Amino acid sequence: MNLSLTSFARRVTLLVLALALGLSAPAAAQRATLLNVSYDPTREFYRDFNAAFSAVWKEKTGVTVDIKQSHGGAAKQARSVIDGLEADVVTLALAYDIDEIAARTKLMPADWQSRLPHNSSPYTSTIVFLVRKGNPKAIRDWDDLVRPDVQIITPNPKTSGGARWNYLAAWAYSLKKDLGDLSKLNDPAAKAEVDAAQARARDFVTRIFRNVPVLDSGARGSTTTFVQRGIGDVFISWENEAFLAIEELGPDKFELVVPSLSILAEPPVTLIDGNARKHGTVEIAQAYLEYLYSPTGQRLAAKHFYRPVSPEHADPEDIERFVKTELVTIEQVFGGWQKAQADHFNDGGLFDQIYVPSR
Amino acid sequence: MSAATGINLSARRTSTSPAITEPWPVRLLLIGIALAFLTLFLFIPLATVFHQALAKGLATYLASLREPDALAAVRLTLVAAAISVPLNVVFGVSAAWAIAKFEFPGKNLLTTMIDLPFAVSPVVAGLIFVLLFGLQGVLGPWLREHDIKIIFAVPGIVLATVFVTFPFVARELIPLMQEQGTDEEEAAVSLGANGLQTLWRVTLPNVKWGLMYGVILCNARAMGEFGAVSVVSGHIRGETNTLPLHVEILYNEYNFAAAFAAASVLTLLALLTLVIKSFLEWRIQRQFAEAARMLQGDAA
Repeated sequence: MNLSLTSFARRVTLLVLALALGLSAPAAAQRATLLNVSYDPTREFYRDFNAAFSAVWKEKTGVTVDIKQSHGGAAKQARSVIDGLEADVVTLALAYDIDEIAARTKLMPADWQSRLPHNSSPYTSTIVFLVRKGNPKAIRDWDDLVRPDVQIITPNPKTSGGARWNYLAAWAYSLKKDLGDLSKLNDPAAKAEVDAAQARARDFVTRIFRNVPVLDSGARGSTTTFVQRGIGDVFISWENEAFLAIEELGPDKFELVVPSLSILAEPPVTLIDGNARKHGTVEIAQAYLEYLYSPTGQRLAAKHFYRPVSPEHADPEDIERFVKTELVTIEQVFGGWQKAQADHFNDGGLFDQIYVPSR
Repeated sequence: MSAATGINLSARRTSTSPAITEPWPVRLLLIGIALAFLTLFLFIPLATVFHQALAKGLATYLASLREPDALAAVRLTLVAAAISVPLNVVFGVSAAWAIAKFEFPGKNLLTTMIDLPFAVSPVVAGLIFVLLFGLQGVLGPWLREHDIKIIFAVPGIVLATVFVTFPFVARELIPLMQEQGTDEEEAAVSLGANGLQTLWRVTLPNVKWGLMYGVILCNARAMGEFGAVSVVSGHIRGETNTLPLHVEILYNEYNFAAAFAAASVLTLLALLTLVIKSFLEWRIQRQFAEAARMLQGDAA
């Protein structure tokens, strides 16, 4: 017994040593690693884009870049970077989450969003509806979502960037319908009218959320709820995520409905200066982000259902898929992300006041 | 303190007496219920895992396991287990040895503290490390200055795994060592053995099978842990993704066949664990019986 125990211990030690040695394989000299912390629906796009960028960078400099990806709900991902996840670049769903990173970690300047063109958003998207084939509940526009017989799937605005865009798009629709002209929002003379419209918008969004049976934490979770688990009549979704769900899981099962008004969603990208400096990757990381604006980056974005900021570089067939509709911006209707976040999504904000978990 | 394993085994030894068997309809009903339950909650889900994994053919199955990210996940899972299991053995043997063979103040407190990871939700366990080692946490800024990565890197994953698994070995050994008593150790010491010799030549061989049982359970949990690891991982593909996290990522990417392929590897590991566990249970039962026989011999 004594002997077998000793030899057992020896064998375990050998195994551990072998594993440890196998892991510490020497790294080649001409290599660099980038970590891109992103949100949920960009997985497929960045897989293609990273391969394209690596090839170009290798040709240009001889350095092999290994781009690591991390995906999840945008707010959760921002939280991880704040807690020390050493992202060289972040590519998140909305500016507010990146503002939080800048404010809490001081790893990059507060005006990060003005460093790259188009508010640092190389591609945009919008919010659309995904419905079951044949549109059995006849959902055409936001008004149909408040009908009591309609069950809606959307992720939680507290954790998901996409869900915040969903919520704000619904709110903007109601305001526009009431006011007719959104410029009244900034007109002091129309204050009484605007206040009434805001109250009606609040009621409208409350009724929409009353029809939501489950709030997932991220856009991808909600897609799975709607598509795989078959819950709900309509899924309020990123346009790119809706296209992807149709492509991946069956054009014969789902249809896309574009409402008469939606919001221009700008998912921004930025360098996290402090982390990149520490890793010595500032140059590569900057080139990586700039490459998003290049013809290749723009073409790949359109291919993966994002609306490119320079559509002339994309394949015309890809651009044709995007339905034209009226898009409002967050600056125009909500006075920017900081204000929208404070008014609507912070603890005790409007979302907390209107959302009561249903049934 | 009652020994969970001991009770189990002594119950098994006495349950075959014909005087206390139930009439056959009752037996049939009970077996039926148990089987229906197992089918519903175990066999069907297990079959689904393999069915889904092989849904797109064997070639896809093998390809998804050979993919670099999948291999990295397997490697990280093995590393986390290879570090946390030996640590557990050292801790478990020391704790069990101290608790079962010696009297000291605070012994009950120690016994209770060992169970803490069972009582705490794994998510909380993960958050503890984020709060401790995160950039906003107590040690975070210092660690960053010295370029030491704990969370969102391999050390964090190992820490979380060690935390959630550390009761396993101790929990197995304590009842076994208590039942065996200190007679043999006393004999060894009286014959001139020092502490280390007693441990290595008397105590450890006596609990060998129990120790291995604890190791197997600990290993199973270390490889399967999701919650605590998910919190500290940062989900970097190919770098901080363990096998269970890899399954989730693939599933979220609509890559169902690959997700279930990875899940099937975990399932196979679990089944293998089960086989080894059954074998060890049988060996431990014999060890308990031996201990009991010796005690009876003492009494006579």
